Amino acid sequence: MIAELGLAALWLAAALAALQLLGGVIALARGEAEPLAGLVRPAAQVQALLCAIAFAALLYLFAVTDLSVALVASNSHSAKPAIFKLAGAWGNHEGSMLLWITVMALAGGLIAWVEHRLPERTLLATLAAQAFVGLGFYAFLLASSNPFARMVPAPAEGAGLNPLLQDIGLALHPPVLYCGYVGLSVAFSFAVGALLTREVTPTFARVMRPWVLGAWVALTLGITAGSYWAYYELGWGGWWFWDPVENASLMPWLAATALLHSAGVLAARDALRTWTLMLGVVAFSMSMIGTFLVRSGILTSVHAFAVDPERGTFILVLLALYIGGALALFALRAGTVAEGERFAIVSREGGLVINNVALSAILGIVLLGTLYPLLTEALGFRVSVGPPYFNPVGAIFFLPAMAVLAVGPLLRWRQDRLARIRWQMVAVAIAFTVALLAAWLLAGIALLPLLGMALAAAVAVGSVLPLARRKLTRAPLTLWGMVLAHLGVALAVFGMAADSAFTTERLVALRTGEQTSVGPWRVILENVEPVAGPNWTALTASLQVAHAGGAPVLLEPQARSFWAPAQQTSESALLTRWNGQLYAVIGGQAPGDGPERWQLRLWWKPFVTCIWYGGGLIAFGGLLALIGHVVGDLRRRRRWREARA
Amino acid sequence: MIGWRLWLPLLAVALLLGLFALQLGRPKDDFVRSALIGQPLPPFRLEPAVPGQPALASTDFADGRPRLLNVFASWCVPCAAEAPQLTALKAGGAEIVAVAIRDKPADVAVFLARYGNPFSRIGGDPYSQLQIALGSSGVPETFVIDGQGVIRHQHIGDIRAADVPRLLEELRDAG
Repeated sequence: MIAELGLAALWLAAALAALQLLGGVIALARGEAEPLAGLVRPAAQVQALLCAIAFAALLYLFAVTDLSVALVASNSHSAKPAIFKLAGAWGNHEGSMLLWITVMALAGGLIAWVEHRLPERTLLATLAAQAFVGLGFYAFLLASSNPFARMVPAPAEGAGLNPLLQDIGLALHPPVLYCGYVGLSVAFSFAVGALLTREVTPTFARVMRPWVLGAWVALTLGITAGSYWAYYELGWGGWWFWDPVENASLMPWLAATALLHSAGVLAARDALRTWTLMLGVVAFSMSMIGTFLVRSGILTSVHAFAVDPERGTFILVLLALYIGGALALFALRAGTVAEGERFAIVSREGGLVINNVALSAILGIVLLGTLYPLLTEALGFRVSVGPPYFNPVGAIFFLPAMAVLAVGPLLRWRQDRLARIRWQMVAVAIAFTVALLAAWLLAGIALLPLLGMALAAAVAVGSVLPLARRKLTRAPLTLWGMVLAHLGVALAVFGMAADSAFTTERLVALRTGEQTSVGPWRVILENVEPVAGPNWTALTASLQVAHAGGAPVLLEPQARSFWAPAQQTSESALLTRWNGQLYAVIGGQAPGDGPERWQLRLWWKPFVTCIWYGGGLIAFGGLLALIGHVVGDLRRRRRWREARA
Repeated sequence: MIGWRLWLPLLAVALLLGLFALQLGRPKDDFVRSALIGQPLPPFRLEPAVPGQPALASTDFADGRPRLLNVFASWCVPCAAEAPQLTALKAGGAEIVAVAIRDKPADVAVFLARYGNPFSRIGGDPYSQLQIALGSSGVPETFVIDGQGVIRHQHIGDIRAADVPRLLEELRDAG
């Protein structure tokens, strides 16, 4: 009964999306006074409600473990903990698509409900574009991935008790990611709406910005958490592998970062009109291309996803419709969008343009590197592209962008003189030079990490300077957001540079009782014992680690063998101190005669944690800016209403 | 602004999607094939893995009869798991020779006594030299070698019961 209710709600929601599209098209063709045009906003709101009902129905089915529903039977189990029963609702293809469309419908409903700043025609065009995107997903769900399909006869027990997937991180990962992707789809719809009506105004940018900010915060969190997960779970001691799945999450982030800054220029100065539209299209395209690369299986990756060529074909068709359609519209209309305000090179806008060019270039580099194996495979030979390409080539654009980031926010809009900010520039230059000399003389490190460290210092100083001579309690939230986000960039880059410059690694084969050292740490292998888990057996090493003169701490890395499916994993053991992390992995028994010796791999990684603290700080800055903008919008809305009353 | 430039993004995306479509239609292979398929075996002469039993050299393959070459080790658990399949292959008419990787004669003898000995010859490769020359990345692996000593097929991982008929067929094709 509940399953049928959910399915009915989903069909109705799809019908309303069709109505929303039709109403929007009529409004565009004949004006917003047409009767059907008046249905667009209510359609979006009711659609949101219906999707919420459908998703709630699916949650309920998972909560009570209704095994007559095929999706529940294959993905859940009556003995699962409650939280993972619920998370099971979106931990599969069908449920995750339903989650996506639900978040999207809620966003559309919210826009239809509160947004009155844009010209009505543009808003209706935006909602029509959103309905168009949504219809593709409805078709996908209802035609080939119905989450509510029944299974006759119902099995006695569910098949989904894989403990590997019962991880709170994995449970929260998809909703966060989808918030990011859906936020970008909203920005895409706004861009298409603005292209359709040629209304590319500062208001358009202000309306779009909170959605981009929200998406960007979610993507930042997702990437930061994903990077830490790979770091401690994969046991290689690395935090970024330029794997296609990682790149698939990085590319929309790069585009969203560029979009965020160009929307800022458009909102404040009415410049960069067509460029902002283009980025709106590109950012969503990148999240769709990422989804396609991950789900279709055309790229080989260390992440094993449920791969299905049929789904791949479906997403490809959607990609062609959305991106192709939007870019064709762009080609037809962009030439007729009136040119925005002009500005001098030395100005806030100028700095942001350099930021945009650098981010777009890095995006292009990552896209090319990710797709290059695909390209050469089509030509008949296989290559793999890794850090030797991405690191130096990306740095060519990243390091100058950091330099601009240090001084750009100090410049005034429209036109400025560098002489006006000479004292701030001197402070930034001093920070750069001191860090450069200190890192070079004290540590003698390689060029890239050296520059990274010096630029991190420069950005750290430059990013707090906008707060100088301001009353801190009165500084707007949006300013705090910018300062903290930029500070987060400095912190993360410092962590990356420190990790690549100062990490010491030790690969040893020890008998129990023997000791070794890594960095400032002394490590004693106390013993190695077999342990059994629910679906694995493991070797656990007990390591006594101690800093010179410090109390010893116990670390217990494991080498696990799973039997279904047969798989070996390393459970690394981490010891976090304020100045870095000790990372220990046990391999197997070392070959050779005599008493047993065990392979140990140890890293001392000074300040590596700054990478993720930095990522968190960036997201927190974005959140503050988002709150600042939304509160400001609400305040203006109240004033506008009072003025009208 | 020249109008045609605005179409460039669409053109780029169209090319990209074309590439995706092309790749989507292509069947995926399960693994990277050894570059040595179709190549003659590298010349080698191994000591016997168990003293007193027949050793293995590349010249043993040049008598016109196709063979299976099994790469195994006594310390490898999947190798023990595939022993019944090797016995079945032998019963199916296959001649199987083997290379024991990084092993000790006593351990190999214990392994053969415990899991059976379907091998007509076993060479010892204590430093993985032959293994590397064969392009084999782990144990167990099984190669089909034709009567001229040319590598025809590489099976990576342990042989499952379902693989036995396919390997016998590969062996027949190599003959």
